[in-house]
Amino acid sequence: MEVFIVSLLNGLVYGMLLFMLASGLTLILSMMGVLNFAHASAYMLGAYFAYTISLYVGFWPALIIAPILCGLVGAAIEMWGLRRVHRNGHIAELLFTFGLALIIEKGVQMGWGLLPVPYRVPALLDFPLFSIYGTNFPAYRAFMLLISGMMFGSIWLGLTRTRIGLVIQAALTHPEMVGALGHNVPRIFTLVFAAGTALAGLAGVIGGNYQVTEPAMAFTMGPIVFVVVVFGGLGSLTGCFIASILMGLIQTFAVVFDVSLADLLAKFGFIVTSQTPLAEVLTVTLPRIGALLPFLMMVLILVFRPRGLMGTRDT
Amino acid sequence: MRQNFGLRMFMGVLLALGVTVTAQAQQTIKIAYTDPLSGPFAQVGDANLKQMNYIIDHMNAKGGALGKKFELVPFDNKSNPADALIALKSATDQNMPFIMQCSGSNIAAALIEAINKHNDRNPDNRIIYLNCGAVATELTNEQCSFWHFRFDLHVGMKAEVMSRAIPKDVTKVYMINQDYLFGQSVQRDVKAFLAKNRPDVTVVGDELIPLGKIKDFSPYITKIKASGAQALVTGNWGPDMNLLIKAGIDAGADLRYFTFYAHLAGGATAIGAGGEGKVLSVMSFGENIAPEIGNKEAEAFTNGFRQLHKFDFAAATFRTIFEYLQSAINKAGSVDPTKIAFAMEGLSQKDFLGYDSTMRKDDHQIISAYYVGLFKKGVKYDAEGTGLGWATTATIQSKDVNQPSTCKMKRPSA
Repeated sequence: MEVFIVSLLNGLVYGMLLFMLASGLTLILSMMGVLNFAHASAYMLGAYFAYTISLYVGFWPALIIAPILCGLVGAAIEMWGLRRVHRNGHIAELLFTFGLALIIEKGVQMGWGLLPVPYRVPALLDFPLFSIYGTNFPAYRAFMLLISGMMFGSIWLGLTRTRIGLVIQAALTHPEMVGALGHNVPRIFTLVFAAGTALAGLAGVIGGNYQVTEPAMAFTMGPIVFVVVVFGGLGSLTGCFIASILMGLIQTFAVVFDVSLADLLAKFGFIVTSQTPLAEVLTVTLPRIGALLPFLMMVLILVFRPRGLMGTRDT
Repeated sequence: MRQNFGLRMFMGVLLALGVTVTAQAQQTIKIAYTDPLSGPFAQVGDANLKQMNYIIDHMNAKGGALGKKFELVPFDNKSNPADALIALKSATDQNMPFIMQCSGSNIAAALIEAINKHNDRNPDNRIIYLNCGAVATELTNEQCSFWHFRFDLHVGMKAEVMSRAIPKDVTKVYMINQDYLFGQSVQRDVKAFLAKNRPDVTVVGDELIPLGKIKDFSPYITKIKASGAQALVTGNWGPDMNLLIKAGIDAGADLRYFTFYAHLAGGATAIGAGGEGKVLSVMSFGENIAPEIGNKEAEAFTNGFRQLHKFDFAAATFRTIFEYLQSAINKAGSVDPTKIAFAMEGLSQKDFLGYDSTMRKDDHQIISAYYVGLFKKGVKYDAEGTGLGWATTATIQSKDVNQPSTCKMKRPSA
């Protein structure tokens, strides 16, 4: 029980961080059809901006300024880069964002150095909030949950209850029609792209000191975010949310359960010894393949349900 | 005609440049250094580099070797054996007599194999591998090589020290190690020595983690707590070490940490004041040893490093390397790798704290004094400005770490 509750909390924190990243990506992907490889780079930029800003004015202003900066970077990329490349089709876009991700990584290495920067949790939140079964739950993690929860709430309200949200939703499926009705679809694209990068930037601000702020953080986070988007399904914020939480929980719980396929087989009376064929594979325990599980699930869902968990169209 | 003249000028300049480059090369003794300078373990390589440069400045001020100065040439290997081999190629292409590598026994194993082949095929362009910290036991046993000299104790020896350092009231330990050659070596050797020296200790959990991939260790801490362990034994290094302890301290887990690398750069910051009296480290050096034994010269040396950098000097092994190099080059009377290798094996001298050390001839493994440190308040030199530091709780003389080797050394005929 103790392990279950503590792991549940840890899984939730990680899952919500994934959601902050994936929500922006899923909006961009489903609306513009752009698989944005540079999305996780915005996450990294958010963390580095926040670190630098917090050196001068502290963490709290950084929490606002850094995502706005990221959003501006995103808007610039969309207006002066993607929009031109867009004419040449999806492959060109894909290569463009991939190149961009590499350039941003090199830029960060040149600007802030190869070493992790000492971006720390603000002193105000650096205390254990409560203790369950003798394990402290740091206040900062609760703060992360709060921020990401608020973000989920405001995106959901914004998309379903406001005028601009309705236009965005319409532009997701019928861009030509929305354009014909007199809405400036390219501007909506820019807005969504900027908002998506700003969200990734916000995730970076609160994730950078929860994890480690280093030049490789984009490339460690990137693949798992794609998995979440594909798994959750295109065009569905709810699917994205469920997938994020699921991936967070899976990765956390995979660490805790020391079981292997051999243990499973033993339940059916089949004992694996070192002589058994494939014994090496069968005796690998769950924690050692935990990082692989999300990718396995992505492969399975692509085979059996290509539109993802709650997706409205095929990937 | 004019073009020809320009071309000749150009060639002339090139030639002149070439001459000056060779002239400079003859003045310094170049040591290629390859370690992660980017990627998750960049911090480790960077800390090593700073300490090495500090030592080299010190050695060069004392005259270098044969009147030549030492020069370190860093190559980033991104924790990747293939990149380390590229560094080796560049080093041999430039006729460097030495290559140094510290972090990653898997990389060390690849280097040893490549150097064996290279030195066999190119008797006039050989290179010596100075191992400054890749400590998997195998490297001086099954895989031992005449061209490989290891200047840190191997895992078997460290594990024996660890098994003796575990306090009497601890009977349940949990083991977490990195899933590669070194971590598996720790896992195997610590268990073996616990069974031999501390049969009352049970290993309640034993786990391998992917190298440098985990950013949040909280799930592991939950699991360790649930296992009822009193202490965690780990060979983790770099971020895998620092983030693990940080997660444990943040969760307020009632655990003690018995480590091999908590005393290196970033460790003290990660532990913080919450780890008072909870962390042990088996270490080759600590800044408080010199004042404890009253060695003023060594104390001044590490104090000089403190003035320049934000972390502590921990690399006594690196200094030993350069002192051995100096003696061996002077003894060989030339910078010929084969002669130096023969001069270095079996060499014995005092280390800079004044303790005996030997480069064992049978397997090219250093035998040197080793220490156990406890992280606590009230030490003369605190670590990384935390107010706490490493107090020496045990000093193990070199004769007590001397474990037999299974190495069958093949020596070149020349």
